[in-house]
Amino acid sequence: MTGDDTKHLPLEDLHSSAGARFGAFAGWSMPLTYPAGVMKEHLHTREHAGLFDISHMKLFEVSGPGAVALLNRACPLDAGALEISQSKYTFFLNEAAGIIDDLIVTRLGDTRFMVVANAGNAVEDEKHLRALAIDFEVEVDALDRVFLAIQGPEAWAALSRAGIETGSLLFMHGIEPKQNWFMSRSGYTGEDGFEIGLPEANARALVAKLLKDARVLWIGLAARDSLRLEAGLCLHGQDITPEIDPASAGLMWAIPKEIRATGAFIGADALRSILERGPSQKRVGLKPEGRQPVRAGAALFDADGNAAGHVTSGGFGPSAGHPVAMGYATTALAKPGAKLFADVRGTKIPIDISSLPFTPHRYRKG
Amino acid sequence: MAKTYFTQDHEWLSVEGGIATVGITDYAQEQLGDLVFVELPQIGTKLSKGDTAVVVESVKAASDVYAPVDGEITDANGALSSDPSLVNSAATGDGWLWKMKLADEGQLAGLMDDAAYKAHIG
Repeated sequence: MTGDDTKHLPLEDLHSSAGARFGAFAGWSMPLTYPAGVMKEHLHTREHAGLFDISHMKLFEVSGPGAVALLNRACPLDAGALEISQSKYTFFLNEAAGIIDDLIVTRLGDTRFMVVANAGNAVEDEKHLRALAIDFEVEVDALDRVFLAIQGPEAWAALSRAGIETGSLLFMHGIEPKQNWFMSRSGYTGEDGFEIGLPEANARALVAKLLKDARVLWIGLAARDSLRLEAGLCLHGQDITPEIDPASAGLMWAIPKEIRATGAFIGADALRSILERGPSQKRVGLKPEGRQPVRAGAALFDADGNAAGHVTSGGFGPSAGHPVAMGYATTALAKPGAKLFADVRGTKIPIDISSLPFTPHRYRKG
Repeated sequence: MAKTYFTQDHEWLSVEGGIATVGITDYAQEQLGDLVFVELPQIGTKLSKGDTAVVVESVKAASDVYAPVDGEITDANGALSSDPSLVNSAATGDGWLWKMKLADEGQLAGLMDDAAYKAHIG
């Protein structure tokens, strides 16, 4: 999108004065890097605490007596089995079991849930959810919030100094610490961290406090991408799409066993038949030999030159210290250690299938 | 005495004795961000103005660097294989990319001098 269609973050002025370089992403003008640069920003997040403005993502509150039933229909999820404050990574699937979007659903109360959706799909997601909601006694509210992520081993300490105690909150749990606030211990970097949705005025005050702490730096979208890729996490639109199902994507861990068998979610039949015959391709980690990055779109070949898949995300991993990528390989080849070749501008680069993540997750699970 | 020229695409050429040393400008390296890989050209390759000579890769993206004039590659900066960040730290010095023997020195007339380039980047 260009010109007037481009959406701007409510805190854009803060990013500008921090020296951000902006670029377009999913219809938004987003800070890509700050003066420290992607390499330092990435490493700072892994060592200290990175502050990300993710207000391009959308929070929906789903409430009412039909909330559990609606979510069980929309997602391969047992929403009623979630404890209050428990979060779950899940999806909206289409009838073919393709992934419309990946989401985090958090139970806020008996009949109240928070759904966090990706920027690029927020409009589609809302339409999809509202269309389904007609059949249920439920209300869907798109919330007007600034959404911040603070990620890294010192995130909790920086929040504490800023007056926000995260105490007993564990990974993949979310609470409402103040009116119109939503805070979960989650993120997309592989590090311990938090995501906080809050009104703009509160966000400005919180950011000002956090940035007084030398442990906290603004981190741009470029480092967000290298962090999530090292952590082996999927970017919707690249690694998962409406043409990719959760079995091919290696994301079946997100779908409880009993739901796979008996769930009445959209796409259930298609997913069951995919599981029965087995997916023809699987998502894999890819480690190029040498220093040259292999990027999204590169074709993969086996040793005999037969097509073997393609790369969906690729770049350099500043913490890993080498190029990192992920993509899809035909099921027979999709095993760690398998040796493939990637075509980069006509040159065949040796590339090994690698287990994910490239850098270990450091979530605070208990 | 070497003479330095600049292109619209943010490359610099330092020309002496019919050989041009070519790199990207400080402005260009700042735009690209941290470089992690430089794909160097083969010595002996003949290039026409506008051909891709080198690919520089940042954490996020790959970008082509074009031959600013016609000529033949005579050298490539091997130090960049182990330390591509030299382009960031010393774009107009140790971070040079390649050397080429000019096919037609007349093409230099179409390039910018230091003052014109500074005006170009504003």
